[in-house]
Amino acid sequence: MDEILEILSNDARITAEELAKLTGKSLDSVKKTIEKYEKNGVIVKYKTLINHDLVRDANSFVRALIEVSVTPQKDVGFDSIAERIYSFPEVTSCYLVSGSYDLLVVVEGENIQTVSNFVASKLSSLDQIRSTTTHFLLKKYKEDGQILKKTEEGNRLKISY
Amino acid sequence: MKIEISKKVEKLAPSGIREFFDLVLGMKDVISLGVGEPDFASPWLVREKAIYSLERGYTSYTSNKGMPELRKQIAHFVKMRYQLDYDFDNEILITVGVSEGLDLVMRALLNPGDKVIVPEPVYVSYAPVVELAGGKAVSLKTDKSNEFKMTPENIEKLCTKDVRALMINYPCNPTGASYTKQELEAIAKVVKKHNLLVISDEVYDELTYDFDHTPFATLPGMKERVIYLNGFSKAYAMTGFRIGWACGPEKVIQAMTKIHQYTILCASITGQIAAQEALKNGMKSVQEMKKEYKRRRRFIVESLNEIGLDCHMPQGAFYVFPSIKKLKVPSMDFAKGLLKSQKVALVPGVAFGKAWDDFIRISYASSYDNLKEAVVRIKKYLSSSR
Repeated sequence: MDEILEILSNDARITAEELAKLTGKSLDSVKKTIEKYEKNGVIVKYKTLINHDLVRDANSFVRALIEVSVTPQKDVGFDSIAERIYSFPEVTSCYLVSGSYDLLVVVEGENIQTVSNFVASKLSSLDQIRSTTTHFLLKKYKEDGQILKKTEEGNRLKISY
Repeated sequence: MKIEISKKVEKLAPSGIREFFDLVLGMKDVISLGVGEPDFASPWLVREKAIYSLERGYTSYTSNKGMPELRKQIAHFVKMRYQLDYDFDNEILITVGVSEGLDLVMRALLNPGDKVIVPEPVYVSYAPVVELAGGKAVSLKTDKSNEFKMTPENIEKLCTKDVRALMINYPCNPTGASYTKQELEAIAKVVKKHNLLVISDEVYDELTYDFDHTPFATLPGMKERVIYLNGFSKAYAMTGFRIGWACGPEKVIQAMTKIHQYTILCASITGQIAAQEALKNGMKSVQEMKKEYKRRRRFIVESLNEIGLDCHMPQGAFYVFPSIKKLKVPSMDFAKGLLKSQKVALVPGVAFGKAWDDFIRISYASSYDNLKEAVVRIKKYLSSSR
């Protein structure tokens, strides 16, 4: 991966000036590269990784992983049904996977009830859906390569030769 | 009772900056650029292996020379990486870090009065281990204009007939200097001409950024006269495991082993098991850390020059050694002032000898956020003290 993308994927707030210093490229070329990535869709969005467990209204936030088995359609395969599913705003992620089911869908809602309702009334009722299995998330330990718990940093001496 | 300390130890130069170190250690919320070890914890796979070995009850002594599996792995590793052939059973010794290796080499080789050329500035233990072994350290002062590298000419100037060995450390702590193959070949010629042994501390070898590292022992005709020291501390971020290795001619390694078995017995088994895992599966982590250091190196060199500290781009390790000459203050005063007013710690050049009082050592083994904030604070300090 391009070094600029690699750094940005870990720190979206880094400035172009800093990127230039870190990569040894000129400021101008860094800016141009980023612009190119934004235009051609390589860079989709700059987001913040939030630990919802620490947010005051965390109780009103529920997330579920749903395994969805579907019957693929002629010509369009899974893409068409996937689009119908991921177009719901409740769906935060949607992946086509190999294995014993087809789509892995992540759904967020205010509580268990809203998520269950969504699965029952919106998802399962779609024509091509053969079955769903819903797993409610109980605890998040790590997300996007980031361990969410603040870990102790060891006790390296502050000065040494 | 009046206790007398050995003359040899009494004579050793006291570490003049112990007091400063204590000052740093006693202060809270310091951003430290004064650290001589990676800011990363050891790779998890290494730690996990060590934990597992403890659970399984691997808590005993090992063979004096170190676990045969580890020595075999090291032999294989240096063969694959550098085409260096060392017999695992007779030519490799596992030491407690490179520090022990250095001490063992000196004690194994030197007779009273034997001289060893030691480049300056360099890691603080070099001259003392020579002196403790009864030898005499002949200092070779390198020069900023030559990026703190030794040259064949200034080595040759010091080659009297009682000089037995040349010490070399590259990439170097504290300057980050390293040598290309061509530069080393030129030095090797002088080594051969004056029939010197070479004690080569290459513990930062994996952290070479601009060219491939060339072990001294790989140079033509050098293997028979080189004691090649390396370890896991820097590359694998395993300083606390204390595992190093020494490769060299059988006669020297056997002599070192003799001292090692009487004084240390063996390196810790937990460390040795962790080291095996590092060699087996740790290279990816090494490369990731290296990439990070390389970025920080660019950032720190450029930032320091921007704020008016004259700093060259070092080729390796994780140190820069900028000059503070134009500020006209002793490095200790600079370091203390910066610590007290801005809570940034670094090592004053004088810690590496009086000749280096115009310099400071900055370690970029610190997170990017820390480095960024430290630069801001150093800038503030510079403008306030002007």
